[in-house]
Amino acid sequence: MSQTPSLSLKNLHKQFGKTQIIRGVDLTVQAGERVAIIGPNGAGKSTLFNLISGRFAPTSGEIHLHGQRIDGLKPFEINRQGLSRSFQITNIFPKLSVFENLRCSVLWSLGHRYSFWTFLSRLKDANELAATWMERIQLAHKRDVLAMNLTYAEQRALEIGITMAGGADVVLLDEPTAGMSKSETERFIALIKTVTQGKTLLTVEHDMGVVFGLADKIAVLVYGEVIAFDTPDQVRANARVQEAYLGSLSEGH
Amino acid sequence: MEFFFISMLNGLSYGLLLFMLSSGLTLIFSMMGVLNFAHASFYMLGAYFGYTLSGAIGFWPALVLAPILTGAAGALFESQVLRRVHKMGHVSELLVTFGLSYIVLEVVQLVWGRVAVDFTPPALLQGPLFTLINHSTQGLSLVSGAAGAACQSADAAVRIICSPFPATRGFIMVTAIGMMVSLWWVLTRTRAGLIIQAALTHPETVETLGHNVPRIFMLVFAMGTGLAGLAGVIGGFTFITEPAMAATVGSVIFVVVVVGGMGSLSGAFLASLLIGVIQTFAVAVDYSILQLLADIGVKLSANAQHNTMLQLSVSQIAPVLPYLFLVLILIFRPRGLLGKRDA
Amino acid sequence: MPEHSTPSSFARSTNLVWALFAVLLVLAPWVFTSNLSMTMMSQMGIAIIACLSYNILLGQGGMLSFGHAVYSGMGSYFTIHALNMLGQGTLHLPVSLLPLVGGLAGMGFAVLLGYVTTRKSGTTFSMITLGMAELVFAMSLMFSEFFGGEAGVSGNRVVGDAFMGINFGPQRQVYYLIAVYTFISMGLLYALTQTPLGRILNAVRDNPERVEFIGYNTQQVRYRAFIIAGFFAGIAGGLGALNFEIVTAEVVGPARSGAYLLFTFLGGATFFFGPVLGGILMVLAFVLLSELTKAWLLYLGLIFLFMVVYAPGGFAALIMVNLRIIKAGAFARLLSGYVGLLASGLLMLAGASALIEMVYHMQLNAALSSQLVFAGVTLDTHDSSHWLVGSALLLAGLAMFEWQRQRFMQVWEQVQSELAARSSTGSHA
Repeated sequence: MSQTPSLSLKNLHKQFGKTQIIRGVDLTVQAGERVAIIGPNGAGKSTLFNLISGRFAPTSGEIHLHGQRIDGLKPFEINRQGLSRSFQITNIFPKLSVFENLRCSVLWSLGHRYSFWTFLSRLKDANELAATWMERIQLAHKRDVLAMNLTYAEQRALEIGITMAGGADVVLLDEPTAGMSKSETERFIALIKTVTQGKTLLTVEHDMGVVFGLADKIAVLVYGEVIAFDTPDQVRANARVQEAYLGSLSEGH
Repeated sequence: MEFFFISMLNGLSYGLLLFMLSSGLTLIFSMMGVLNFAHASFYMLGAYFGYTLSGAIGFWPALVLAPILTGAAGALFESQVLRRVHKMGHVSELLVTFGLSYIVLEVVQLVWGRVAVDFTPPALLQGPLFTLINHSTQGLSLVSGAAGAACQSADAAVRIICSPFPATRGFIMVTAIGMMVSLWWVLTRTRAGLIIQAALTHPETVETLGHNVPRIFMLVFAMGTGLAGLAGVIGGFTFITEPAMAATVGSVIFVVVVVGGMGSLSGAFLASLLIGVIQTFAVAVDYSILQLLADIGVKLSANAQHNTMLQLSVSQIAPVLPYLFLVLILIFRPRGLLGKRDA
Repeated sequence: MPEHSTPSSFARSTNLVWALFAVLLVLAPWVFTSNLSMTMMSQMGIAIIACLSYNILLGQGGMLSFGHAVYSGMGSYFTIHALNMLGQGTLHLPVSLLPLVGGLAGMGFAVLLGYVTTRKSGTTFSMITLGMAELVFAMSLMFSEFFGGEAGVSGNRVVGDAFMGINFGPQRQVYYLIAVYTFISMGLLYALTQTPLGRILNAVRDNPERVEFIGYNTQQVRYRAFIIAGFFAGIAGGLGALNFEIVTAEVVGPARSGAYLLFTFLGGATFFFGPVLGGILMVLAFVLLSELTKAWLLYLGLIFLFMVVYAPGGFAALIMVNLRIIKAGAFARLLSGYVGLLASGLLMLAGASALIEMVYHMQLNAALSSQLVFAGVTLDTHDSSHWLVGSALLLAGLAMFEWQRQRFMQVWEQVQSELAARSSTGSHA
C-alpha cells in the first residue's frame, strides 16, 4: 500500500508567451523526503517553485499536495493547505522587528485570521511560537531589531524562519544559501537540517557540497525537464546528468 | 440621421482629444512607472500659454510655441523634483505630482484669475467646417462652411434642418491623427524612438548600453507633457479655458487609462474613443427611464411618476458615465480592455 | 538573553500620555475661551478622527486614497437626515449617538465600494478611489432630494429633551461631545494597531507578496482595513454634521479628499500621532492661514511638495528623529545647520510671498492703488525695483538653502550612522 505522496507534479508545462520554460515535469515526493533540485542556469528551477507555490499558474499539467490538486490556486490558498516557501531574493518585512516578522508568520496557522478584537500581546500561542522560532534560527538576541537592519546572513535566517514558523509540512527553499560565504553556508545548512526535521523538503541549490550533504534525493532539471531523479550516488553516476551538468564532479569527491 | 453623424464626429473628436492626453500619460507611466497626477495641469498650462501667446505673437506661432513651453515646464519639473523622489517609490512620485497639480492650479489662478478667459479660435477655424443640410424635399446634402441662407425656406411646407460641424472639432481630429502618426513614426522609425521603446521596458539594460537614461526619462516626460500642452491649446479654444478645466478633464483621463488597461497605448486609444463618443451622445439625449417606460406602455403610479431617479434623463447622468464605466470594468474585467494581466 | 524594554514600563508611559491627553481635552475650553478657539477646537477633534481614519489606509496599509471624503461625507449626510428625522419624531435616538449613524453609513459605503476598490493595489487603487470619489460627487449633483442640491441639507441639533441640561445648543457642549468621540476613537484606532489585523496590515504595506505566502489573502486584509477606516470617517462626518448643522456637496468632494491626504501626510503617516498633528494643522490652515493670505493654498502646495521630497515622514517623523538626536546628545552639532536652513527658508519665503502678494494684488485690486501692505511692508506693484528685490530674495534664498542643505546633510548622515551603530550593537531600537 503506497501512502499519498506529499507532492506530485504531473506533466507540468509552463510557457511565457512563446517561450517554454517547463516542458513536461513529472515528480513525486514522498512525505519526509529531502529533495534537492539542481540544474544549469535557466533550467527553470525558480519557475518550478513559483508554479508549485502558486505564484504562477501552470499552462497545463497538475500539481497535487497531499493528494489534493493545487495548481491554479492562489498562494495563500496553497499555503493554508500546508506548503510554504522561501525566496532566493530575501523577502521579509523590513520595517517590522525580528519578533514581529515571525509572529506575523504564525498568525494564520494558529487561527487568528483577521482578528481586530484581541491584542497581539495577549496571544500566548503566537508569542510563544514566535519566540521558539526566534531561538531556533538563533536570532533571539536581535529580537527587537528591525529586519532591514540585520546582516545579510541574519536576514536569510529570518527568511527561513518566516517560511517554517507557520508549521507547513512541505517546505520549498529557493537557494537558501545564495550569497553566503563558505563558513556561513556550513552553519546555515546545519540550521536548515535542524529546523526541517520531519518535514518534506525541496530545495534549489547550486552548491554541490550542500546538495550531497543535505538531500536524500536529487532531481536534475535541464531545459524544463527532469532528466534524473534518484539518490545522490545514482545521480552522480548517471551518464545523462554527467553529460548535461555535473561533468567534473565524476572524478572529484 | 444628421444628428447621429454629427454627434459621432463630435464624439470622435472629443475622444481623440482624450487620447492626446491619455497617450502622454500612458507613455510616462509605461516608462517611468509614474502616474502623472498633474497631467491635466499641463493640459491647462498649454491652454493658458496658448491664450497669452496668441494674443502676443498670433495664433499659429502660439500653437507651436505653447506646447514647447509646456514640455519645457515638464522637463524642468522632472529633472528638479520628480527625479529626487524616484528612489522613494511610486507613492512618493504620485504624491509629488499631486502636489504639483495643486500648485499649478493656484499659480494659474494667481496669474490669470479665477474666471474663464476668452480664448477664441483664429478666423480660419471659426464657424463650421461643413454643414449637413437635410432638405425635406431635396434630401441630404453637404455644404462646406456655413450654410447661411440655405437653411431658411420661404415655403412653410418645406422643412430644412442644418447641422453644422465645427471647424475647431475638425482641427482636433486632424491634429490628433497627425500627432498619432508622428508619434508612431518617431517611436518605430527613428533611432531615438527605438531607444525610447527599449527604455520603456528595460531601462537598466538601456543604461548599461551607454545611453543616458535619466535624460531619456526627462525627454519622455517632456514629450508627454508637451502633448498635453498641445491638447490644451486646442481644447482651450474649442471648449473653455478656465481653472476648472484641469479637474474636469483630469479625472476622465485617469478613468480612460484604467478602463483601457494601465500601460496600454492601444487600450487608451480604444477607451478614449469609447468614452468620448458615449459621453457626447449621452449629453444630447434627453430620454429618461420614465419616458422609456411610458413608450413601452407601462402604467405607473402617480408616485412613481414623480420619482426623481426615474425622471433623470440620460443627459443628466452623462457626467457620471465614465465613472460607471470604471466600476463596471473593475468588476468584470479588472485588467482593463486591453491591459496585460498582472504577472 | 538580554532583557528587551519591559512591557510594563512602556505601558505605564503610554498610559500617562493618554491620561495627559484626556486632561488636555477636558481643560482646553477653560484655557482657550474665545468663540473662535471653541469653534477651532471642535473642528480639530473632527479633523483628528478623519485623518486618523485616513491613515489606516495611507500610513498603516500603504494605500493612497484620493477619495476618502466619500465616506466621511456620506456619514455627514446620513447623520443630518437622521437629525431631521429626530426633529420630526420619526426616529428616537439621543443626539449624542447620531455620529454612530454616520459611522454606520461610512462603513456601509465602504463595504459596498471597498470591495471593488481593494481588488487592486498601488497606483491603480489610487486611480479607482479617484474615480469613485468623482462618481459620488457627480451623483450628489443629480440626486437633489438626498443631497439637497446647491443649498445642501440643514438641520437643528437642539432637538428632543435636554438630558441633564445638555441640549447641544452651546458650542461648548458640542465641543465636549466631539472630545469624547475623539478620545474614544483615538483609543480604538490605537488599539487596532496592536491587533493581528493591524499588524498584518503593516506587513501588507511592507511586502504584500510575502503576506500571501504566509497564508493571508491580501485583498481581504485591505478590504477589512478599508471598512474600519470608512466607519471612523463616517463618525467624523457625523460629528461635522452636528457641529455645522448643515451639509453641502463639498463634503464628498475631491477638495476635501485632497485635504485629508495633504494634511495626514504633512502631519506624518509613519507615526500614530502624525495624523493627530495633521488634523490640528488642517484646521489651523483652513481657519487661520486662509485669513492671512489669499495664496494660502499655493503656500500649502509648496510646503507639501517640499515635505514629500525632503521629509516624507512628515512633521511627526521630524519631531521623533530630532527627539532621538536630542536624547543621544548630538543635537548641538546640528544646531548651526538648522539655523542656516531656517534663515535661508525665511529668505525664500520673504521673496516668494512678496512676489505672490503683488501678483494677487495686481489681479484682484488693480482698480485701487498699486500699493499694498504685506507683513508691515508697503509694496508697490508699479515699482519695478520691488519686483527685482522680491525675485532676488527668492533666488538668493534658494541658492543659500541648497548650499546649507548640502552642508547639513553631511553632518546629518554622520550623526545618523553613529546612532545606527550604537543601536545595533547590544542596545535595542
